[in-house]
Amino acid sequence: MSEEKQHIVSYKNNALVLVALLCLTMLTVAITSVELGPWNVTAAMLIASLKVGIILTYFMHLKFEHVILRMMVIMVVLVFTALIVITFFDYLYR
Amino acid sequence: MEQTSSHSIEHRDDTASKLGMWLFIFTEILLFGGLFIVYSVYRYKYPVAFHLANQELNRSVGLVNTIILLISSMTVAMSVSAIQQGKKKLTITLLAITIFLALLFLVNKYFEWGIKFQHGLYPGSSILHELSHGDILFFGLYFFMTGLHALHIIIGMTLLAVILAKVKNERINSGDFVLLENGGLYWHLVDLIWIFLFPLFYLIH
Repeated sequence: MSEEKQHIVSYKNNALVLVALLCLTMLTVAITSVELGPWNVTAAMLIASLKVGIILTYFMHLKFEHVILRMMVIMVVLVFTALIVITFFDYLYR
Repeated sequence: MEQTSSHSIEHRDDTASKLGMWLFIFTEILLFGGLFIVYSVYRYKYPVAFHLANQELNRSVGLVNTIILLISSMTVAMSVSAIQQGKKKLTITLLAITIFLALLFLVNKYFEWGIKFQHGLYPGSSILHELSHGDILFFGLYFFMTGLHALHIIIGMTLLAVILAKVKNERINSGDFVLLENGGLYWHLVDLIWIFLFPLFYLIH
């Protein structure tokens, strides 16, 4: 039996992650209430990506998982980004 | 190959089952990802209609639901820590809180949609059809994407309830808890999707 060393995330760290996520949520709300033109979307999406990154790393334990799993997640993100880029090249230069 | 004598212990491969769960999560990400692309293309094509229709949505309901989901993500992450330490009671409590928060999310969603329905805004309604093309697309995407997300909440709640029952009768314990981990992963996925839905539908004007 290959019992992998399991990593137990402490309750305190879980709570700290939640606090960070809540702060970022409030930041999104604050930023989008100011009129910044196209920067509103950019800022909101950047913060959302940061939040998703935090959840993937800590809540979904990617930090403590095998490197292959992490690479797979990165690949999916890249595939999805490529999909967005290709779609918008099509629509912007039609 | 590992040469173990034939005891009647069932064979488990926790890494493989987690890998399977992740593969499933990837398909879910691409499912919602496709919808997000549809949303952004139409937003690009109908900026004015999307801007105005956006203001119909209630920011604070969206914000409350975001906070609810973030907290529930933490409780489910904590329940994994609890089972790892063999704290059965705490695991059950944390799972129960998560399911309760999921229910709260759906109640909010019910009232939010209910008000829209009262104003005659629902897919296929006559009022909606008199609006512009962009409005129809916005509300169509809003109902479909948040609806599909709500369906995922219901599935996640059911899954967590099954897991809770299994923790109760010790089918899930400190030595075998991969199902709880996978259920947790599913729940975090639901949270991830909402993190993008919330600013796109409720915040950006």
